[in-house]
Formats: sequence, C-alpha cells, structure tokens
Amino acid sequence: MHKVVIPIGPQHPALKEPESFSVTLSGEKIMKFSARLGYNHRGIEKACEERTYIQDVYLTERICGICSHSHSTCFVQAVEEIAGADIPKRALYIRTLVGELERIHSHLLWLGVAGHEVGFDTLLMYTWRDREVVMDILAMLTGNRVNYGINTIGGVRRDVTAEQGKAILKAMDTLEERTNYYIQIATKETTLIQRLSGVGLLSNKDALKLGAVGPTARASGVDRDVRRDDPYAAYAEVKFKVITDNHNDVYGRTLVRVGELLETYKIIRQIIKKMPEGPLTVKVPRKIPAGEAVSRYEAPRGEDMHYVKSNGTEKPDRVKVRAPTLANIQTVAKMLEDRQLADLPIVIAAIDPCFSCTDRLTGIRHAGKRSKSVLKWEELHAYSIRHYREHGIDFAELNKKMRKALK
Amino acid sequence: MGLVQKIVTWSRIKSPWIIHFNTGACNACDIEIIAALTPRYDLERFGVQLKGTPRHADVLVCSGPVTRQIKSRLRRIYDQMPEPKFVVAVGTCACTGGVFDGCYSVESGIDKVIPVSAYIPGCPASPKAIIDGVVKLLTSLEDKEDKKK
Repeated sequence: MHKVVIPIGPQHPALKEPESFSVTLSGEKIMKFSARLGYNHRGIEKACEERTYIQDVYLTERICGICSHSHSTCFVQAVEEIAGADIPKRALYIRTLVGELERIHSHLLWLGVAGHEVGFDTLLMYTWRDREVVMDILAMLTGNRVNYGINTIGGVRRDVTAEQGKAILKAMDTLEERTNYYIQIATKETTLIQRLSGVGLLSNKDALKLGAVGPTARASGVDRDVRRDDPYAAYAEVKFKVITDNHNDVYGRTLVRVGELLETYKIIRQIIKKMPEGPLTVKVPRKIPAGEAVSRYEAPRGEDMHYVKSNGTEKPDRVKVRAPTLANIQTVAKMLEDRQLADLPIVIAAIDPCFSCTDRLTGIRHAGKRSKSVLKWEELHAYSIRHYREHGIDFAELNKKMRKALK
Repeated sequence: MGLVQKIVTWSRIKSPWIIHFNTGACNACDIEIIAALTPRYDLERFGVQLKGTPRHADVLVCSGPVTRQIKSRLRRIYDQMPEPKFVVAVGTCACTGGVFDGCYSVESGIDKVIPVSAYIPGCPASPKAIIDGVVKLLTSLEDKEDKKK
C-alpha cells in the first residue's frame, strides 16, 4: 500500500506541549514513528552554570512545572552531597511530604488527561476537580500552587504546623475515597477497559532493553523504584509497596498509577505521624567545595537524575539533567509499531510525557561547516582540561588538594 | 454599525474561543490554564471555549518565554488566526522572560515576536489571575465597542 507521512505538531490538538512527531502510515497502520524534540529547549543547564547555587534551586524547579519539587530536590541533594551537609530529619520529612503531595497532583492530572485522550472528558473534569484538594494543601504548605519553592540548600524554607497536619490528613481521607471510586471505574467500566487493553504494548524485555522508567516500566513488570532501591529523604523510614503490573499496556499503566495513589496516601499518613521535631535548615557555605555528585529521585514519571560538578566557587561547573521522559520517549516508537493511528494520542499520553523536562539536547554545528563535528572521548577530555586551565582552574591541582584534605 | 456587525461583535465578546499554545513554558502555566477551564474555576461560564486549531480561535493564550525553535511556529499560528485576534501572555516568562531571561535560546517575552493584548504575570499565574486577565480583556473590548458607537 502507498505510504503516507503525517507530521503531528508542534501545535496539535492531541498534544499539550510543542513537540513534533512524524508518522509513516500504510493505510491506518503506523509503520514508523519518529520524534523531534527541542521546541522547549531553554538552555537551563547552561543557565545553571551562570547562576549561583541558590538561584539554581529556583531555576531547576522551573525545568518542569508538574514535577518541580522532584527537580529541585534532586539538584539540592546533589549539592548537599558535595558540600557534605547533614540535613535535619524534619527537613527531610517535609521534603518527602511535598514530594508525595506532588505525586498525587501529577497522577490525578494524568488520569484526567488520559480520559480526555480517549474521549472520556467526564473523567477529566472529575479528576481535575479532586486535584484541587491537593492544590489547596500545597498552597497552604508552601504558599504557591505550583513551583513550591520549599527547598533550599541545607533544608526546607517552611515548617508544617500541627493544624496543617490535621488538614492534610483530612484531605487524604477525601482523596482516598475518590481514588477508590476511580479504581472502580478503571476495573469495572467496560468501555474504558476495552479502549485501553492491548493498546501500547511494551513487553518486559523491551522495557528493560529501552531503559523505561517509572510507571511505564512498572506496568511492564519491571520492579524498580528509587524510593525503595536507593532511599533518599525520609523514604527509608516509611513503609510502602511498589506497585507493578503485568498487563504491559495502557490499561496496566492506569492501574499502576491509581495503585500508587493509594500507596502515596499511606506514606503521607506515616510522615505526618512520625515527623520529628527539630530545626529546618543547616548552614551550607555559599561556595561549594570542588567535587561532583549524582543524585536520583523517583519523580511521578520515573527516575530523575541530576549530575552536579562544582569547582569551589559559588557557581556550579556543570549541571546535567536526565528527566524521566527522555528515558521513556524511546519506548513510544516500540509501542506504536504496527498499531492504529487512532491509538497514537493515548499511547503518547500513557508515558505521561513532559517535554519541558526532556528538551535538554542540542546538536553543535559549526557555522560555515556543513558537517557536524564529533569529538572523540579523548579529544573531549583533553579539550576540557585545556579549557579549564585557560580559565584558571586546574583539576589536577584541585585533586591533589582534595586528597590532602581527605588525609 | 450594521445589525450583522452588531451580532458578530456581541457574540465575539460573549463567547471568545481560545487556543492554548505552549511557547517553551515549564508546563506550570499550562496546567493552571487547564485548571482555569475545569470545574473549580470554570472559565466556560464566560463563554470561553478551548479550541484545537488557530483557524477557529479569537484569542491566543501563550505561556512561556518563546524559545528560538518555536519562534517561527508562533508567528505562523498567529498569522493563521482570523481577524480580529488577541494575544494573552500568561506567566512571568511570557511577559518578560522571567527566570529564563538571558538564556541563549529564549527570546524573553511573547511581545518580542507578536503583539500582546493582555499580560498576566505570576510564576505560574494562578487560575484566579488568569480569569481576571481574561475578563479584563473582554471588558476592554466592550468599552472599545461602546466608544465606537
């Protein structure tokens, strides 16, 4: 059959963010799918190098508005690790609390968007109404509905009072009741089950091979969760289950997310109950000693990773962000192979894509030259040493100093 | 003003159709725009309806500091909209560039690319602010129509 190439995006009713996909069709069947990222590229990593660590906390928060706490916590954790700061327990608990509240708002948001993509707008209206309960709690705790600004290097900026704790517990009861209703819809509503079952199949093997993360991987039976495997903040002290599913399709991803919501309510109840007394911050010097650290965080969409390299000044040397959607976007091409064009919106939506997080990549093209130049690893290494020597930083010297200091 | 024109203006003010376009925002303003359209805030009570294509829309709601990649697309979408058209810049980034001001790949503000009718600051602009901005825009249109008479 004759092949047709359909461009989707950057502006398209099925897309919430500007991304461009190119789909090769044979009839209604998808033969090839390719994504072109970069419309949301703002140059945050470079901007981080030009700002101080404290400014970067707020900048990394704005990598993505939906998982803003994930990014800022991930960044702050890396910086604190380099500085060797010992964060007060209460601050870690508050970070966990806000992180889990964020997970609720993000999963409810996803449930609504997924409903919208399959033409079930009632679900969108319902979940977004219930989501406002969490938004009110977040506004009460942090002063802002989105981009909470609660993290700072060395702790958190606001305390949680006893009354606020009570209000949170009350809200959790309301939300749990609503979530149980959504579970009923997801497991009993035939139209929804039929629309989502068998759509966007991703086998366990493919999920592992393509490096899927978060609910996308867990719905394919990959039992991975940074919160349990490599506990950060206060996760080592709370009990929760990691939800996995073996449906391997969009239906499985829905079940995983709804199941995670229930676990999140449990975590929040434990956090409120166990929250220790104590200070909120420790003092961390403005100049962070030279060093590097990698920090991991289980964002609502999957594992988020930040790499920070410091050079002893008040500005970082390099910040690298690997957002969960970048890991998951590879799986979409696999999920769409030999599928119908009509499944495309829901399959893309099912990984809960966040392209604001993802658009970190740029190709470097020399002006005047046609070909892209590629540096080999050794050349890149030599170039970086040369570059920093020219700028007055000698890592060999710094390493010697560090070794001495460690002795 | 002829009767037909009167009806067109009246319906335009009573039921503006909007199109939402993310010009490199962090998603925060975008979820607040959708929150403004869903039951708690419900912009639809002012007749506002979200549309999928620029050719059906009267108001272009933009969020984000305009990245270099999206610049030409933003122009194209603006050009595709029928006259008269209005642009609302939602969020500090869309107004001035915000935290991204000075980044190598942003233009720092919608008004650097296309004319803007209303600015709604905030990081992100809360649904209440968005409703306030939209209502102010609609009221200003009403005033303009009154002055014409």
